[in-house]
Order: sequence, then C-alpha cells, then structure tokens
Amino acid sequence: MSFIILLPLLGFLVSGIAGKYLPKQVVGIISTAAVALSFGFALHMFLEKAVLGEAVSQKWFTFLQVGGMQIDVAFTFDRLSGWMTLIITGIGSLIHLYSMGYMKEDEGYYKFFAYLNLFVFNMLLLVLGSNFVMLFFGWEGVGLCSYLLIGFWYKNLNYGKAARKAFVMNRIGDLGLLLGLFMIYKEFKSFDYSTVFNLIASGNTSSATLTAIALLLFVGAMGKSAQIPLYTWLPDAMAGPTPVSALIHAATMVTAGVYLVVRSQALYFQSALASDVIMWVGLATSLFAALIGLKQNDIKKVLAYSTVSQLGLMFVALGCGAYTAAMFHLTTHAFFKALLFLGSGSVIHGMHHEQDIRKMGGLKSKMPITYITFLIGTLAITGFPFLSGFFSKDEILLHAFAHNPFVWGLSLISASITGIYMFRMFFVTFHGTYRNSHYPMEKVHESPISMTLPLMILAVLSVFGGLLNLPHYFGHTLAGAFSEFLAPMYSFAEHNPEVSASTENLLLGAAVAVFIIAFVAMRHKYISKNNVPESDEEMTGLGKVLANKFYVDEIYDTAVVAPVEIAGTVTDGLVDDIAVKGIADGIGSTPAMMSRGLSKIQNGNIEYYLVYMVIAVSILLAINLF
Amino acid sequence: MIFQNLDISHYIYLSTVLFSIGLFGVLFRRNAIVLLMCIELMLNAVNLLFTALSTYMGDADGQIFVFFIMVVAAAEAAVGLAILVMVYRNTRKTDVSFLDQLKG
Repeated sequence: MSFIILLPLLGFLVSGIAGKYLPKQVVGIISTAAVALSFGFALHMFLEKAVLGEAVSQKWFTFLQVGGMQIDVAFTFDRLSGWMTLIITGIGSLIHLYSMGYMKEDEGYYKFFAYLNLFVFNMLLLVLGSNFVMLFFGWEGVGLCSYLLIGFWYKNLNYGKAARKAFVMNRIGDLGLLLGLFMIYKEFKSFDYSTVFNLIASGNTSSATLTAIALLLFVGAMGKSAQIPLYTWLPDAMAGPTPVSALIHAATMVTAGVYLVVRSQALYFQSALASDVIMWVGLATSLFAALIGLKQNDIKKVLAYSTVSQLGLMFVALGCGAYTAAMFHLTTHAFFKALLFLGSGSVIHGMHHEQDIRKMGGLKSKMPITYITFLIGTLAITGFPFLSGFFSKDEILLHAFAHNPFVWGLSLISASITGIYMFRMFFVTFHGTYRNSHYPMEKVHESPISMTLPLMILAVLSVFGGLLNLPHYFGHTLAGAFSEFLAPMYSFAEHNPEVSASTENLLLGAAVAVFIIAFVAMRHKYISKNNVPESDEEMTGLGKVLANKFYVDEIYDTAVVAPVEIAGTVTDGLVDDIAVKGIADGIGSTPAMMSRGLSKIQNGNIEYYLVYMVIAVSILLAINLF
Repeated sequence: MIFQNLDISHYIYLSTVLFSIGLFGVLFRRNAIVLLMCIELMLNAVNLLFTALSTYMGDADGQIFVFFIMVVAAAEAAVGLAILVMVYRNTRKTDVSFLDQLKG
C-alpha cells in the first residue's frame, strides 16, 4: 500500500525539484509512470484483497498524541476506498499521458506535472486515510493543488483571481468540515472511522448532535463538490489548463464530497433531516446549474456547469439513501466527463486556444477521433440507451421516484436540460459550417496520439462502464454487481426501491423520451436550420439572465464581497489606524517624549546643575522644617 | 570688650550673609576661579557658625568639625584648581558656561 501512496509523492518530489534541469519528455514520463505504477499496485491490491472482501489497514506512525487524543497516520484499503483509488490513479494516469501532449509547448511543464502528482498524492490521502484527520489533510491538500493548478497560468490576472475565488469558497466549506470534526471528537473522543461509526451505530448519541455533525460535514462537501451556494468557484476554475479541469474539477476532487458522505453513511443514515437537506440542495444545484449551462458559449463552461449539475444529481441520490447509485454515477461520470473535458481540450488545442463554440463549427471532418469520442461522451452523459450514463442516471432517477415522485420529476427535467445543452454544444462545435475568420480551417488539426489515446480508452470505459451495475431486469447473474460489491461497506442493508415493473418501465420510457426530444430538437435547431447561438449583445430576456448565470456572481459581490470590503475599510481606518496604531504607537512614543524632555535638563552646563542642586536642597530643607 | 557685646544672633546673621553671598556668587558668576572662591566663602560661613555656636553652647564638638571642614576644603581647592589649570590649558578659557561637553 505504501507504494500506492508514496509513488505520486516521489513523482512530485522528482519533477518538482529536479524537473527544471531535466528534458520535458523525461519529466512527463517520470510523473506519468509514477501514477501509472501506483494504479498498477492499486489494481493488484484491489484484485487480491478488496474483491475478496478483505480490508487492508496499515498504521505508519502516530502523528500526534496529546492527552487522550491520538491521531495516527493510518490507511485503510477497503472496497470503497479501493474503488476510489482505482478511479483516481486510473483516470489520473490517462490524464497525465494526455497532458504530455497538451502541455508540450508550456514553459511551466515540469511544474505542471509536479502539481498533478502532488494532487494525486493528496487525493489518495483523502480517500485512503482511516480517520477523519487524514481525510482533512488530503482535503486541504487537494484544495491547495486545485488552487495552484487553476492559477497555473498566473500571468493572467483573471486566472489568478479565479484561483483565489476557488480557494476562498473552499475555505468556507472547510470551516464547516473542521467544525464537524471538532464535534465528532467532542462526542466520540476519536477520529477513527471504525470507532466513530460503531459508536454512531450503537445508537447512544442524540439525534440532534448527529444531525449537527452531518450538516457540518455536508457544508464541507458543499464547498468541495460545488453545491449551492458554494458552487460558483467551479465554473471559474476552468481557467486552469484543460487536463486539470478533467482530472480535478470533473473526475476526482469534486467527488470528494460524495465520498465523504458515502464514507459517513452510518451518520447520514441516522439523520433524516440531514439527508433531506442534502437531497434538496443537490436537486436545486442540479436544476440551477443545468439552466445556466443552456446559454453558455465557452466549451469548458458548458462542461463545468454540467459537472455541477451532475454532482447535484449525485447528492440527490445520497439524500435518498441510494449510496451505491451515487457511487455508480460518480464512476461513470468520472469516465465520460473526463472524456468530454479531454475532448474539449483536444478541440481547444486544434483550434489554437479558441474556446468559444460560436467560432467553431464543422470540426468533425478535421478531427475525426475527437469527434467520435466526443460523440460517445455526449451520448453517455445525455443517457443514450445502454451507455454508462444511461444506467447510472436511471438508477438515481428510480431511487428518487421511490423516495418522492416530485423529486423524480425535477431530476428528470434536469436530465433533459442536460441533453439539450450537451447536444447544443456538440452540434454547434462539430457540425454546421466553420465560423472562425481569424483562424483558417486548414490549420485546424487533429491532436497527437498521446492525447487521442486517453480519449479512446475513456470512450471505451464510457460505453461499457454501465455494465458494472445493470438494473435487475437484466437477470440476477448479471445485474447489480456494484451494489453487491459495495454492500458490506454500509452499516445497513441497502434495499432496492420497491417499484412495480410497469412503473419502472414507464420511468425508463420517460428518460429515453426526454433524451430523444432533446436530441431531435437540437438537431433540428442547429443542423437542419444551421443556427448559431446569438452573440452577447443580441441576448434578451431569460436567455440573457441565463447567460449571465442568474447574476449569482454579481449578487455575491453585492451581498457578501462588498459589505466585507466596506467592513474591511472601516476597520482598517477605525480599528487599525486609530485604535490599534494609536495605542501601540502611544505606548512607544510617550516615554520617548518624556525622556526627550528630561534629557534637555542634562545639558552638561555646570551652572544649571548648580541651580538644580540649590533648588533641590531648598525643597528638602523646606520639607524638613515645615 | 566689644566681643562681649556681640550676641549669638550677630554671628548667625553674619554667617548667613556670608553664605548667601557665596551662594549667589556660585549661581551667577561664570568664572571658574570666582566660583571656587565662592564655594570657599560658603564653607567658611559654615565654619564661622560652627565655632560661634560651639562657644555659645560650651561644647567643643563644633570646633572639631571645623577642622575637618578646613581639611576637606583645602583638598577640594587643590583638586578644583588643578582641574581648572587643565581646563585652561585645553580651552584657554575659565568660563564654566562653555564647559558643556557632558550634556546628555
């Protein structure tokens, strides 16, 4: 297990320290190999142990011992963390490989790979740690790497600001997580997963405390997994290089919140209120982000809002108690969203850093591999029957329906909007006529093999990922493999939603119907009529509101940032300048002033001294006499 | 005898006047030599008072004190004049108001 965790760290150290002096190819190969080897070890361990149901626990050393509190650097490789490890290192290696092509021309090449390796290391700490403190270390570590990588092209001021925004937003969530950890320790006197969850399962804790802890942990998850109201950093995080968006802001880091909730399911299972909050927040996020996604014209922004929306769907599943469905969607989403991001990166690369889909069009003939893989990704996310997204999304919808038909309805709307904006983006980008006058179409080129190979692998995974957890109508031998696999991880028996077969078919039909409607409508609008999304000036009404993201950023600016800035200015002026500076400077300057005054007396002139002496003696005499 | 007619109060007045003259000389004159002379004057005013009161009280203690004071005054005058000579050699001045190199 130490190899799994330490190889990326080693890769980080080598490429971070020596990378400057090594040729680019070598740095890329070392970093990619570190993650790929880590994946190899993880896969080995997964097949040897986790599949058989054994959990491997290792304690490396005691990190901290104060009084009765002991915090160990300890790791557990069980089915849940093992699965996450496979996703992280597996997709991580593909994206490392892709980055070798994508970042080829960049001067910060070695730095980029160092950060990526560091990210993988921290992400592994997060999922493999066997207590909440290790999770917190990883949590903060990935936050740092996210910040570093969003602001990777730091010479652009806006990118730096986007990085800062992501960091600050995450800090808000982290505060919730931290408070949750404090409460956990206060209540259970331990950070260890097994200890804490056993105590929770024993049922001696008041439900109010459990709900408080559950909600605080969820605040942390909100920040990291970009849920309302802390989601605005994720679309801005697209300032980072595209492989970063694919790895950190789509496939792995943003799912840390989902992992946290699944890991703590014993807690959420006991708190219906917290689960409801998660479900409604997830639902609201999913719809809201999907609506905004409808009118975005930056290829990466569309994908970013799509990510937020899909994460919302995962939280809907978590809120319904469908933890396997959430993990399943997390997995398939990691496949197809990484694929879509890498595909968009390939487009951006081929178009020489053009990201506006209105300036693309007709790219399918120029970039055949990207076109086909992107098509697969789009079909997977929109729920084309029998691709991965179809199964995972329908499982969530099914659970939502069993939980509350109203939630199902809203989730379905969100899913249909996903179909609309994805096809809109797809058709506008790859079909129609080429529209960029500044960059001749002849120069548009397909990406090199190091970039298209990960695309092809991810496309295969996106197609077949759904086979992991087939619905039960595929028969008992095939269906539900993933549910069975994760079942021992839960503190309770997860049951299939009790829905009659006809209802289930109806739900399935509805999902397929919205897919077809979205596909046909967008095809009609953007291919048959060859429409182009209007430019920013032409937008009116609701479209303009959507394009401006419901003005949430502006609202936050007015409601939060501006008052804080005013408060900052006021306290700077009043408290800092006058009170603090006044007191602090006064303490120093008063004795200085007094001594300056007194030192005038000691002027070295003997006459004055004599006068002082006479005066002093006179005073003494006077005191003695009267 | 004229001394018989002198009351103790006359001695006290005289020594007070002498002491005051010395004191004002010390305060208002600048010449270091005059300064030393004025200090001598103050010391002798005290001596006068000591002897007068010693006789008046019929006690010899005061006269013994006078001897001590005379010894100290002689030593003081010797050291003071020696310093003054050195100051004069270095600065060509005996004016104490210029001797302010020791100011803080």
